[in-house]
Amino acid sequence: MLRPTLLMAALAAAFPAHADNDLDGLRAELREMKAAYESRIQALEARLQQTEAKTADATARADTTPQQAAEVTPAGNRFNPDISLILQGRYAHLDDIEHRHLSGFLPAGHDHGAARGFSLDHTELVMSASIDPTFRGYFNLALLDENVAIEEAWFQTTSLGNGFSLKGGRFLSGIGYQNEQHPHVWDFADSNLMYRALFGEAYGNDGVQLKWVAPTELFVELGAEAGRGASFPGTDRNRNGAGSAALFAHVGGDIGASNSWRAGLSHLAAKASERDGEMEDVNGMAVETLFSGKSKTWMADFVWKWAPNGNATERHFKFAAEYFRRRESGLLNCDGGLCGADSDGDYTSAQSGFYAQGVYQFMPSWRTGYRYDRLNPGSVDFGANRAFLPATDYKPTRHSLMLDYSPSEFSRLRVQYSKDNAMESTSENQWFVQYIHSLGAHGAHTF
Amino acid sequence: MKRLLLVFLLWLPVQAHAALNVFACEPEWAALAREIGGANVKVYAATTALQDPHRIEARPSLIAQMRRADLVVCTGAELEIGWLPVLLREAGNAKVLPGRPGYVEAARLVPLLDKPARLDRAEGDVHAAGNPHIHTDPRNLLRVGEVLTARLAEVDPANAVAYRSRGLDFATRWQAAIARWERRAAPLRGVSVVSQHKSFPYLLAWLGLREVAVLEPKPGVEPSVGYLARVAEQLKTTPARMVLRAAYQSPRPADWLAQRAGISALALPYTVGGNERATDLFGLFDDTLDQLLKAAP
Repeated sequence: MLRPTLLMAALAAAFPAHADNDLDGLRAELREMKAAYESRIQALEARLQQTEAKTADATARADTTPQQAAEVTPAGNRFNPDISLILQGRYAHLDDIEHRHLSGFLPAGHDHGAARGFSLDHTELVMSASIDPTFRGYFNLALLDENVAIEEAWFQTTSLGNGFSLKGGRFLSGIGYQNEQHPHVWDFADSNLMYRALFGEAYGNDGVQLKWVAPTELFVELGAEAGRGASFPGTDRNRNGAGSAALFAHVGGDIGASNSWRAGLSHLAAKASERDGEMEDVNGMAVETLFSGKSKTWMADFVWKWAPNGNATERHFKFAAEYFRRRESGLLNCDGGLCGADSDGDYTSAQSGFYAQGVYQFMPSWRTGYRYDRLNPGSVDFGANRAFLPATDYKPTRHSLMLDYSPSEFSRLRVQYSKDNAMESTSENQWFVQYIHSLGAHGAHTF
Repeated sequence: MKRLLLVFLLWLPVQAHAALNVFACEPEWAALAREIGGANVKVYAATTALQDPHRIEARPSLIAQMRRADLVVCTGAELEIGWLPVLLREAGNAKVLPGRPGYVEAARLVPLLDKPARLDRAEGDVHAAGNPHIHTDPRNLLRVGEVLTARLAEVDPANAVAYRSRGLDFATRWQAAIARWERRAAPLRGVSVVSQHKSFPYLLAWLGLREVAVLEPKPGVEPSVGYLARVAEQLKTTPARMVLRAAYQSPRPADWLAQRAGISALALPYTVGGNERATDLFGLFDDTLDQLLKAAP
């Protein structure tokens, strides 16, 4: 530092005149250099700031990226379907009745589940998963010894949006309230008489279903179905086109925090071709019947649930009731007994019935319930077969009382007593002890 | 024609300002969405602080609200497994399906505690991903708030600036509140407590409280009197200062044990709306800390 100053002083002393000029030049050069450095430093500083901002940005993004990446993976992000297995069995104390039927009603398919003593109910195997971003699939297999039934196997759209969803395949129809429920969800050990009279157990169909939920605060759901219509009250027919059509509407909502409800109205139209059934003629002889014609059913359903402050853990109450009215018209062929070999006649019927049930959880894990069933055979006209076949005005009824205990949401043990007057001149005391256990994936149940 | 145009013009801004519908599975996320969304969002809370979020019915009213939602914010980690999948399935609303910007699952944004070592239903109501009650640590809300802000801005870009500024404002106030709570809670460090259900592991970890016993023999399983007596016996050797339960849980087991062991039973609000002081997220933690500090002098 000292040396250049000394040197400059010496130079200035040696060449006073020139030195001034030179010095000025040097100063100018220095100023230029300073200015140049300053601008370069400024440029460098700016670049540094930019880089710093960029890295901060990058780290900030790095902070969020992995978590966001984890976040977009949907819940249940395994590729394997959710699998659950439902184990059901029971002990039944029943009278020895050869042909169980509902007086005044044509039998709806085959009535199973009337085994006396210990027996295994259907074991259900359920699988479901997203198929791809557009569809999800569901499969329900009911197993019982030599009898394997595909109860449901369908796909449903997930991404139509605007409240629409389309279902295709074999599914339980959306009509009524209990219809979509599998037996393990029922609140009683057996089905109500209304569903037994209408469908045997539940109305399943191979077909398509379109459903729409309205964008309103009040829950409004409309649905339409068309299908093969092979199950009772229709029959399988070797035809193109649809054998059955269903329409349903549901509305629902909350009243305060403690009450919620849902009400619905449904209509099912089905065609039958030689639908077989068994009944007794006026002499009490077994005859075989074949019905061909139309079957139209209206159903109304109502469900109300209560829980203090909406907290169902301790106590809750559920009321459900459904009513139906069915009209059938067509031809009835009668074979055997008084009918002789083959007797055709017109057939028209207008029948109705209902059930109402209440289930109360009075303490955690314990529920008790009462159900009342009543059917009205209404008016049945056998046309030309009027003289052979009996028309009854006997109204089948049944009272059921149940108590169940569920240590967890995966297990349930139940006892039930029923006073069954479903058959004229038979009053039966029925006792059931039942278990329902589910293994595997946590099933989410509908309302 | 002119009148029609006028009517149309008057109608337009109303449409443009229609608030974004946010469906929050639990009250804490509803409160967070209100903090960040302000007047730009209309928040529906599917559950209240008096309801057990594990056990909710997929009610028609919830399906109707899910159908209207533009954004869904839920806890996840299988807390809502019994009802949320039904709502998503039945509502037919493609905007809020998992994987879409309109679906925010809080438990995926924060590290979870209590991951079960053994996945077996014999262990009770175990959650495979870990304990889902993450909002009892206020630091987790900060993280969820960040993502919620980003998602609101993504779903409703017209109001993105407002969401970001409100989100930033909330984060600043929340950070200050956390610092305040942490200072106040210093005496709680190391204090032993008993929980009725595993509702508070995040709160306890945050404040350094020690959980010496849980009243449920297995998660989600009601304690029997015999089991409670064993816990009371255990407390003689490893004493605790208090029994904690959430507002929605039955008071019986906690009260029984508290009386037996001669300690205090606290009904913590657990979430927004759990008592009259927990009207928002700030009130929730103010009241929780007040109660804890009062019981542990």
